[in-house]
Amino acid sequence: MGTTPAAAPVLELRDVSKSFGPVVALRSGSLRVEAGSIHALIGENGAGKSTLVKVVAGVHRRDSGTFELGGEPVDFPSTAESKKSGVAVIYQEPTLFPDLSVTENIFMGRQILARGRRIDRHAMYAEAERLFDRLGVRIDPRRPAEGLSIADQQIIEIAKAISLDARLLVMDEPTAALSGVEVDRLFAVARSLRDEGRALVFISHRFDEVFDLADTVTVMRDGSYIDTLTIADTTPSELVSLMVGRDVDDLFPKVAAEIGEPVLQVRGLNRAGVFHDIDLEVRAGEIVGLAGLVGAGRSEVARAVFGVDSYDSGSVTVSGKAVKGNDPRSAIRAGMAFIPEDRRKQGLVIDSSVTRNVAGVIRRNIAKAGLLTSSMENRAAGPWAGRLEVKTSALDMNAATMSGGNQQKVVIAKWLATDPKLLIIDEPTRGIDVGTKAEVHRLLSELAGQGLAILMISSELPEVLGMADRVVVLCEGRVTAELDRADATPEAVMHAATHHLEDVR
Amino acid sequence: MSRTYADYSAPLWKRWLLTREMAVIALTVAVFVYATINVDNFDGPLTVKFLLQDIAPILLIALPMTLIIITGEIDLSVASIMGLSSVLLGVFHDSGMSIPAAAALALMAGLACGALNGFLIAYVGLPSLAVTIGTLALFRGIAVGLLGTTAITEFTDSWADLATDTIGETRIPLVMIPFAVLTVAFVVLLHFSTFGRGIYEIGLNDEAAHFTGVNVARTKFILFVLSGVVSAFAGIYFTLRYGSARGDNATGYELQVIAAVLLGGVSIFGGRGRLHGVLAGVVLIGVISSALRLESVTVNVTNIIVGLLLVASVILPSVLAWTSSRLPRKASTPRESSPTQNAASAGV
Repeated sequence: MGTTPAAAPVLELRDVSKSFGPVVALRSGSLRVEAGSIHALIGENGAGKSTLVKVVAGVHRRDSGTFELGGEPVDFPSTAESKKSGVAVIYQEPTLFPDLSVTENIFMGRQILARGRRIDRHAMYAEAERLFDRLGVRIDPRRPAEGLSIADQQIIEIAKAISLDARLLVMDEPTAALSGVEVDRLFAVARSLRDEGRALVFISHRFDEVFDLADTVTVMRDGSYIDTLTIADTTPSELVSLMVGRDVDDLFPKVAAEIGEPVLQVRGLNRAGVFHDIDLEVRAGEIVGLAGLVGAGRSEVARAVFGVDSYDSGSVTVSGKAVKGNDPRSAIRAGMAFIPEDRRKQGLVIDSSVTRNVAGVIRRNIAKAGLLTSSMENRAAGPWAGRLEVKTSALDMNAATMSGGNQQKVVIAKWLATDPKLLIIDEPTRGIDVGTKAEVHRLLSELAGQGLAILMISSELPEVLGMADRVVVLCEGRVTAELDRADATPEAVMHAATHHLEDVR
Repeated sequence: MSRTYADYSAPLWKRWLLTREMAVIALTVAVFVYATINVDNFDGPLTVKFLLQDIAPILLIALPMTLIIITGEIDLSVASIMGLSSVLLGVFHDSGMSIPAAAALALMAGLACGALNGFLIAYVGLPSLAVTIGTLALFRGIAVGLLGTTAITEFTDSWADLATDTIGETRIPLVMIPFAVLTVAFVVLLHFSTFGRGIYEIGLNDEAAHFTGVNVARTKFILFVLSGVVSAFAGIYFTLRYGSARGDNATGYELQVIAAVLLGGVSIFGGRGRLHGVLAGVVLIGVISSALRLESVTVNVTNIIVGLLLVASVILPSVLAWTSSRLPRKASTPRESSPTQNAASAGV
């Protein structure tokens, strides 16, 4: 780094780690932010940025490492503590009290009091007005927070931070939901705060913004610190290679499968404000990876295709037959299987037994004359649990008692038992230990080899690149690239995932 | 190489005997035996008949109520539907209709009431607690509005007798026949059908149920319609038994039904419970009430006892879960025998 400040940096993190059970979210995070600067923090999904921010905010407590604020070692057991020390975090979607006024939101929990501990509304309004003047924005301090745009809500969070005299402001993807003008206003506010001598951390996926706003940038990958660079000395392509930077081909040996007839055909799928004009095709024996950043609309598309959510227009066919919208039963009958992202809430009935879960979909086929007994379910579920080598002592064990990897095997068993033609799998290996991860990858590859069409959503770029025959990239609800295995380099995917359609071609 | 598994982690007798349902059944038998020995006239010839006649409406309505509570919903309007069907039976019969025709119309009204509840809860997505508190007042209001404070007491004798007759020479009332038929139907529906599996899944996790193709809204709608029809049937029985159609018939019955269902081991949070436990719960409350009545204890005392039982039955599982989660940790840290632990927590 170029500068050599006399004073200690506002924020200094060294080798900070954080695990959730067996899942390591942050391996070794380091970040050094000087006063009077804007520091960008970039990395792929799951690189550990958000965890790092949550440690700074006091949401999570670090497991190890140094955490200093203005040269003093600190340890925040709660967000209240971090606020007191002058740390303010502004999330992508601020959480204001919608029924309270803008002013009440700013002074929540620390209202200005007049004599007799009476809340002094006039002083609060005046102070709010002064804050907005200083930020150069026009928001009526008396209006309720409900109905404010996300941009205005962020400004209110910033006003709150300034009124607390925060010395460190962290903004977690603040521009994701903003329009161009709103971004300009936010950046103007950010620059003026920097010029006041405050330190800002800015998380973004958009390189143009990083280069426009930040002075320095820190790159993270796989939960670890990679490098810190001065913006003036770097280029977007250098940052991309730092973000991705690893050889992916050896990790996921994909067995070449014979690619057959199209199984899933999605045409012009639309849902206002969520995704637009989605065309997708998955052929028998093919694994199609659906890549994109968090919030790009990948899961939303998958949910609409399977029918757990509705869509406004477009069509979904499986093997040439139309599938009714918003009707999972119809999708199941057509031969679709869907393994959702949130295993505990959507994938399985966590408080139910292995049998009930595995037989959860096929029970309609195994019932005789409408009657169903537990032993019929056991007979049907046992072999499928066995095929996937689910580790359990008996079939009546609760799924809640099992590890994430075993739960995922139960979900997979449930859907393979339906003998599907198409498998949609959202984040197949999230929260799964390394060993099971490899098993899941091998299984997917095998299934494709047997002619199953697979649509795989993954935030792990190596997984997508290693497994997929073809990669479809979404950005802000639109398909921005469709890449064959040979063309699907990390750079190409990241480029398409971070740029609007207009920028691509 | 694929693995094979044992079907169950505990032997059959453990899975059946060490359950909440069996505890309620044992308690019921114990109270019954105690009352037979210690309460004068409890072993009299008419006790069983009156006991069964008294609890018949509760038994009937407890069937659909169990299914509804397992999905995590509740139906508080059942007693009002009873009242409404009672009034409609009376009014239609009074205007010259035969009892079967009037009863059919009353049943249709019950179906419509259930459909209204079901529509608002399942398809509009309103909370069942709020909806059925509203329709509790609405249906009762219509019932009282139709008949005022008067009562219709003229019913064809042959039909009124039917409601109080017993099967042949036994002491079992005739109403137990439709009850038995309905019980078999509901047991099959809840425990031996794909529809029933969906009911449990909705109660445990409605989102996951939706993801596996369970039609959550339709399931709930059907259950509320069933509840309406069965409540109307209970209302007809109630009217014929006492020979009186009144707007305030069966007021407060919803609480007795819900108390019995919860006492029988159904979780108010949904997802757990079995019908044999519920039936025992209804009988237990019936035996206690009838024994206390024979002892000339006032209804208030009966209510206090039933209330205490209910609170205890709701608290007890939590206490047991709490102690069982505490004890092993203190006693045996190194041992890693999750199967027994799980069997214990699954039993609660």
